[in-house]
Amino acid sequence: MNGHKRKCDKCDRPATVHLTEIIDGQKLEKHLCEVCATQEGLTLQPTMGINQMLEEFISHTQQAKQLGELVCDHCGMSFLEFRQGGLLGCPHDYEAFATALVPLLQRAHEGAGEHVGKVPTHAGGDEQRQTQLLRLRTALKDAVVNELYEQAARLRDEIHKLETS
Amino acid sequence: MKLSDLSHRLAQWLAGTGPLAEIVISSRIRLARNVAGFPFLSRCSEDQRRQIADTLQGAITAAGVLDDPLTVDVEQAVELDRQFLVERQLISRQHAAGSGARRMLANGAETVALMVNEEDHLRMQVLATGLQLESAYETIDRIDDAVEKRVAYAYSGRYGYLTACPTNVGTGIRVSVMLHLPALKMTGEIEKVFQAARDMRLAIRGLFGEGTEAGGDFFQVSNQTTLGRTEKQIIQDFREQIIPDIIQYEKVAREALVDRKTDVIDDKVFRSLGLLRCARLLSTSETLFHLSLIRLGVHLGRIRDLSLQTVNELFLFSQPGHLQKAAGREMTPDERAKARAEMIRAKLN
Repeated sequence: MNGHKRKCDKCDRPATVHLTEIIDGQKLEKHLCEVCATQEGLTLQPTMGINQMLEEFISHTQQAKQLGELVCDHCGMSFLEFRQGGLLGCPHDYEAFATALVPLLQRAHEGAGEHVGKVPTHAGGDEQRQTQLLRLRTALKDAVVNELYEQAARLRDEIHKLETS
Repeated sequence: MKLSDLSHRLAQWLAGTGPLAEIVISSRIRLARNVAGFPFLSRCSEDQRRQIADTLQGAITAAGVLDDPLTVDVEQAVELDRQFLVERQLISRQHAAGSGARRMLANGAETVALMVNEEDHLRMQVLATGLQLESAYETIDRIDDAVEKRVAYAYSGRYGYLTACPTNVGTGIRVSVMLHLPALKMTGEIEKVFQAARDMRLAIRGLFGEGTEAGGDFFQVSNQTTLGRTEKQIIQDFREQIIPDIIQYEKVAREALVDRKTDVIDDKVFRSLGLLRCARLLSTSETLFHLSLIRLGVHLGRIRDLSLQTVNELFLFSQPGHLQKAAGREMTPDERAKARAEMIRAKLN
């Protein structure tokens, strides 16, 4: 504000609450200190000091940042990418993003976080085997992209062995 | 079964013969599944997509769950064929517009359709005429079991069937009914239905076209919760809590229209019939608007020389893909407007 601090409209304290109202097309600006603003009923949370608010904000953004940094070591997808695209990269993401995903699941499914429905009876693979296959296939994809053909051949053999076991 | 065999045939789910078919056009149950050990499609290489498609097609064929099967390589299909499949609800718009290896397998009666590599590796649906959710679930459950004997699905004890989008995880089930609600629309009470549906956490959207208002009187209601309830509970909630109310409201509204506004409703219904019997050029939306009123007139017994089935046929055959398939060539919108009017005149006169 042009380098100098504006004073409160009602007293001499520095103004920290700035409000613009438009009434009947007339623009009305108010600049108040926290005390006067509270008296006018303008501050939203008079009980929460600025430090507390900042602290909350920082912990929220830190948490958001940490969540954004979650990366699945199977498919390479980050939680941030998932939030942008809306689709997960592989079944293992449910484990890799669990901390961030569980609240989302609960919101989407009326508070529920666990499956109670049908269970596949003939599924050929337990979870461990599924995970291992997924890891091998991702490694194979990378090996092909990077033209590491010997490695790719080895991975193909491993996948075949696991598939037919 | 070949795709061309379908172009003059009514899909069984549109037969208009099922329970409450005058209001519930069709019931649909869809299950989402993914093959274990592969990434979801957003992270698949083209090679992996093809591997998944081959694996699933092989398993479905070996399971022998599709009578008189129709298999379409959606990746290779021309745009017109894909549009035609969307109109028959055998594939989704998303599947039609997608890229890479993807397929569709259906039974000849078109009551079962399996999409391979849509949003998930496998989306299986059963479509039935009228309100028939339990039997539709029995069918899809049986097919699911048969496929699962040959392919391991991505599944976790905690989260259930794992899907690319977490909104489908758990049961992977989507239960929907397609409703014809002209009287509620006419009396302005449809907003109440929307509100009730939203309160029950059901999704409701307009059908036959884009956006929620498109197509006017047709609405699809579906469940949104897939986790934390069993398949049977989800179907039961759906069938017992909200759908009977909507059906009842529509019935009452229809009866009130006939009792209290007989002349008005007759005027609307017969104007629409007269217009479709005589028009020389018809757009899709105009056709839809009038067919909806005619359908109402048939159910209310105001129009006696037409069946629900004939009206349903006109809904299907007047769509752009169907008109062009019937003509055996691509047509401009102007050409289609003429062909549509001709086809409808021939059926109604």
